Amino acid sequence: MRFKDVFSIIGPSMVGPSSSHTAGAVRIGLVAGQLLGGVPDKAEIIFYGSFAATYQGHGTDVAVVSGLLGFATDDRRIPQALEIAEERGMEISFEQGKGLYSHPNTVKLILSMESPEQRQLSLIGTSIGGGNIEIVEVNEFAVKLTGIYPTLVIRHADRPGVIADLTSLLKNESVNIGHMSVDRKGRSGDALTVLELDGAIPSPLIERINAIANVQQVYTVDLSQTEGSL
Amino acid sequence: MKFRTLSELGELCASRGLSIGKLMLEEQCAESGKAPQDEFAKMAAYYGVMKEAVQRGLHENTTSRSGLTGLDAQRVLAKRQTLEPSLGGPASDAMAYALAVSEVNASMGRIIATPTAGSCGIIPGVFVSTQERFGLADEELVYALFAAGAIGFVIANNSFVSGAEGGCQAEVGSAIGMAAGALVELRGGTPAQAIHSVGLALKNTLGLICDPVGGLVEIPCIVRNGFGAVTALAAADMALAGVRSVIPSDEVIQVMLEVGSAMPEIHRETAGGGLAQTPTGRKIMDELKNKKKQVKDKAKDKHD
Repeated sequence: MRFKDVFSIIGPSMVGPSSSHTAGAVRIGLVAGQLLGGVPDKAEIIFYGSFAATYQGHGTDVAVVSGLLGFATDDRRIPQALEIAEERGMEISFEQGKGLYSHPNTVKLILSMESPEQRQLSLIGTSIGGGNIEIVEVNEFAVKLTGIYPTLVIRHADRPGVIADLTSLLKNESVNIGHMSVDRKGRSGDALTVLELDGAIPSPLIERINAIANVQQVYTVDLSQTEGSL
Repeated sequence: MKFRTLSELGELCASRGLSIGKLMLEEQCAESGKAPQDEFAKMAAYYGVMKEAVQRGLHENTTSRSGLTGLDAQRVLAKRQTLEPSLGGPASDAMAYALAVSEVNASMGRIIATPTAGSCGIIPGVFVSTQERFGLADEELVYALFAAGAIGFVIANNSFVSGAEGGCQAEVGSAIGMAAGALVELRGGTPAQAIHSVGLALKNTLGLICDPVGGLVEIPCIVRNGFGAVTALAAADMALAGVRSVIPSDEVIQVMLEVGSAMPEIHRETAGGGLAQTPTGRKIMDELKNKKKQVKDKAKDKHD
């Protein structure tokens, strides 16, 4: 089921004009910002399909940048996002991508930041309608991430037992897994596991996951606060 | 959710003796793990945003950034001072309110996507005008939003609700079906009648392409919301009178999937065909591009 609940149909509360090209694009930007761990200094934004054809008219450009700035889907500053980003010194480029893409509304983001530490992220997101999104690729790992559940994104080495260690930790915390995707660059290489959870992620849990052998980095995504003052 | 089709939804309502709206609230709480009063309060807040958008569209300047659209809702209401609307007052209200909310959306105001922003006028147009006309309590309208959500949930998971995937039928068409079904419940119809109204409504929009001029959610999106609200009233009235969707509504949803999947890309929100590529549509697009370029050049000059 691509759409999970009533608020994926009625909602989000948002600034117009397009749920897929504006609100969905804000949410893709928000997920990217959360995975990067801050507001990027540099953002390459590459649009495909309908996004590429109509991004200016729909405000998809300002919407993605709004998400990167951490704005909610109904934030009244969305129309001014490019000016606000420029004032912060964010370096932004927009391109119309060529070649194959997984969905008519696809955007690729290549982000980097310098402080508090140097970080980079590449991400491909699709906007599937009504403001709902699916992140389909993170740092060239295939994933499936909707952002509507608290989500753990874990980079680890591809070794036997890592996933068992992860899931037994969650079992001990009584946290249920709604969806799980695992991908690796190659046998015994780098791997990425994405877990969409039914409950909130307590911060001690993140420390315990970090302590698992062969786990390299833990990120969290939670878009439950992507609407403003409702 | 314990249902995937409208017929399963109807059976669940019948076996548990609940309206679609009340059943959907229970199902929503089972999915989210949240308390019914919290989920109800969130939906009630959404309804508040819809009412606010109607008022803004009727009283504020809704000229869009492109300058192409705005103030049509106010034109419709103003004309009624001098000419009785052919639709009659209540349907004219629904149409004007739907235009109002769509114009707020096009001018980058705040709306609720129902199911999308491109189709955000239809449900508020039908709901707010119906509430005023029959003096309904907010609570009834909030339950009706859960009913509309249940219908949209089935359409979205069996077909689509984005113009880029399935054309305008997926956005405006879905919204009309959702509004019609919810209105049947508001007027005292059964879940089975509500489900018939969805099929009746969807049959009227099958094949509708998404061809926004200049790629903007303005032309023809805004007027299609106005028309959509009126169609939803008609579908609800037919179903309440016992008119049935002989082709079951779930099968009509499958037709929407079939038609949308076969729709060429130029007719799926790319502005590559349809109204967007008429001589006038192209002229408008060229003018918008030049306007944008001038603004950019001006900004560049300022920096140099």
